[in-house]
Amino acid sequence: MIHKHSVLVVGSGLAGMRAAIAAKENGVDVAVISICMPVRSHSVAAQGGINAPLGNHPESKDDSVERHAFDTVKGSDYLADQPAVEKMIGLAKETIYELEHWGCPFSRFEDGKIGQRPFGGAGYPRTCFAADRTGHSVLHVAWERSTKLGVPVYEDRLVVRLAVKDRKVHGIIVLNFLTGELEMWQCDAVIFAVGGAGQIYGATSNALNCTGFGIAVAYWAGISMKDMEFIQFHPTTLYGNNVLISEAARGEGGYLRNNKGERFMEKYAPGQMELAPRDIVSRSIYQEVLEGRGFGPKENGYVHLDLTHLPESQILERVPQIRELALRFTGQDMIKDPIPVQPGFHYLMGGIHVDANCASPEVKGFYACGECTSVSVHGANRLGGNSLLECAVFGKVAGIEAAKYAKEAKTSPDAKHVIFDEYIKQQEEIDFWYSGEGKNDPFEIMEEMRKTMKLKVFVYREEQPLREALEKIRELKRKFNDGVYLKSKVKQYNRELEWVLALKGMLDESEAVCLGALERKECRGSHWRLDYPKRDDEAFLRHTLVSYIEGEAKLSYSDVQITKWEPKERKY
Amino acid sequence: MSEVKKETKRITFKIKRFNPAVDIEPYWDIFELDCHEGTTVLIAIQEIIAKHDGSIAMRYNCRGGICGSCAVLVNNKYMLACETLVLQLNKKEIKVEPLPFYPVIKDLVVDMSQFYEKVLAIEPYLKRDHSKDPETEILQSPTDFQIIEEATKCILCGACHSSCVSVWTDKNYLGPGALLKAFRFANDTRDEEQRARIKRVTAEDGVFRCHTAFNCVEACPKELNPTEAIQALKRQSAKQVLKFW
Repeated sequence: MIHKHSVLVVGSGLAGMRAAIAAKENGVDVAVISICMPVRSHSVAAQGGINAPLGNHPESKDDSVERHAFDTVKGSDYLADQPAVEKMIGLAKETIYELEHWGCPFSRFEDGKIGQRPFGGAGYPRTCFAADRTGHSVLHVAWERSTKLGVPVYEDRLVVRLAVKDRKVHGIIVLNFLTGELEMWQCDAVIFAVGGAGQIYGATSNALNCTGFGIAVAYWAGISMKDMEFIQFHPTTLYGNNVLISEAARGEGGYLRNNKGERFMEKYAPGQMELAPRDIVSRSIYQEVLEGRGFGPKENGYVHLDLTHLPESQILERVPQIRELALRFTGQDMIKDPIPVQPGFHYLMGGIHVDANCASPEVKGFYACGECTSVSVHGANRLGGNSLLECAVFGKVAGIEAAKYAKEAKTSPDAKHVIFDEYIKQQEEIDFWYSGEGKNDPFEIMEEMRKTMKLKVFVYREEQPLREALEKIRELKRKFNDGVYLKSKVKQYNRELEWVLALKGMLDESEAVCLGALERKECRGSHWRLDYPKRDDEAFLRHTLVSYIEGEAKLSYSDVQITKWEPKERKY
Repeated sequence: MSEVKKETKRITFKIKRFNPAVDIEPYWDIFELDCHEGTTVLIAIQEIIAKHDGSIAMRYNCRGGICGSCAVLVNNKYMLACETLVLQLNKKEIKVEPLPFYPVIKDLVVDMSQFYEKVLAIEPYLKRDHSKDPETEILQSPTDFQIIEEATKCILCGACHSSCVSVWTDKNYLGPGALLKAFRFANDTRDEEQRARIKRVTAEDGVFRCHTAFNCVEACPKELNPTEAIQALKRQSAKQVLKFW
């Protein structure tokens, strides 16, 4: 049996739900397929806010689309495509108002307007917020809106393959956890909104579902990965489990201190201090730890995030959730004590290669939006508060564009055969894992992959460790391909099977990260090469593309679109 | 702050297993695991899946108590597995069970569709004439926002619905989770159908089914108070009826 919808959205985070809403409003038959029920998706964990130049804050009256766009481009270390950035920021205000009209419970200023706070790398306070659970508020509203419109969501399903022939999407293959069976789904257009990939590092603020598996699924079907070496290490993840401690803590006035009690950001970004962009703050923390001014062991050290000088009422009103998180996990109450923080994988700037209409230039009928993509609006470093914005704006764009395409698309006569072929291939692979013929433990491979990425492809990078990492990842890929086994033979809700599939994807994603990082011999944004300490616009003001050709990762480059702001040195 | 200590303790985990596709009835599986200060119930189960038994079914995601996937019973108490630190429970044996009342899909995974249906029944979206919406935001004072703020913190984990004695005895009852949501919309100053909403929740399946057993308050991992919201709705409905008279 083949299920059918004109547009299929894969993933139910903010980008996916926003895309589904837009497609539905544009009159096509759309459905969402997701690993989880929509409000469980990782957008829910976004804390600090969503950026738009609303000018609601007393200090942001002069803010504008142009200023927000410039901050974003500068923050990206000029690697963002400027027309895409202008498109996103141009749509920012209406996107926020839309969410508000649907019922989003934003925090408010005294005059009744949406509250805004300062965030890193921004010239004006423009981060709209709902206390420190903005993602939660926004995602719940998107889900609620989708139920009003009657968008069906098929949960407990993982998309494992794209059925592509003649560079055109025909459908997808889906693993239904409940039954353990594969399903065939036909569609005119598909929108991937599958989220980030923090699980390749393990030490991450990301949710457990964030394996970036969908990025690999698209990659195997001929859709390149772009700029994968650009990974945002959030400066303040909680020491111990790397749960996110929002930038809002610094936006509200929090200090970072080393083991001497010094506000060390003075040395690194005297202008913006703790509110310099994330890449700069993360490196500064790392540097303090390396030079012995942190706490704990050098290879896993931390610094203090100190809010004790702020009024208790401000902490309780503006950042109650993170206070609770820190209290629960470390026993430290940030009203009275500083809390231990360290950089951790937070956001993947790179991802599925799509254009500013969220369309793949490589495969027709394929669209993508949200963190899994590289449009690119974040370039080499994303500004805090721009990711929820990206999800909401480009979710909508993807929904509209996919609907437009789907309305005119003609189903090709052999679509069912193309889907069936993929179904058979996937079934054989899963049968092999169940057979026990494979001799390798997938969880051991995953552990080694994470260790390699964390130790050799972290905040600071260098030729030799990168080379070793690439070799190690390729060795692990060979081990995986030689055969892994499943301990459990049960079909229904087999979490182990899900991890094995994810691992297959994560290995290829890791390879792309290593390859891109090794070949990019410069420092730009989050990508910091100790052996090439300067930005090199001549050679590397380009996007990295990694494509899957005859079973191997092939590297190429594409131009960055620079239309308004010429690259300058980035100072804060 | 002192260095985080690495004290480890051997803990026994009893996990309730049931796969309706093959098992006739539920049974307990026992695992032993070394836990340290940072080990949560979720991390422990993840480790059991990776090292001992990959067939344990459980829903999880965010690891930070906000996605609402991993509500379970830990030693008979409603908890989010991701934010429950094992050693802080001070027990040698930790018992983990699925949320009661919901049909079990497998092991710790339950079918929560009846809870979601109730949430959807209260129409959880702003109802207003959107054609008259302003071009900017609809204004709302901080004081008005505060009235609904607490209720907007709900993560839909379904623990309250699972714990409610009135839900157990009457499957039609909307239940504490849905009614908390109803409170949030009936008191949102941007909503134009507040009267109709209050009328809706006073129907036979609504607020008067609540017997104030406060189970939901105890069960809620976010420390919200659905009972209070239900009581507020009762008061509002009384006022509304009186005014109408």
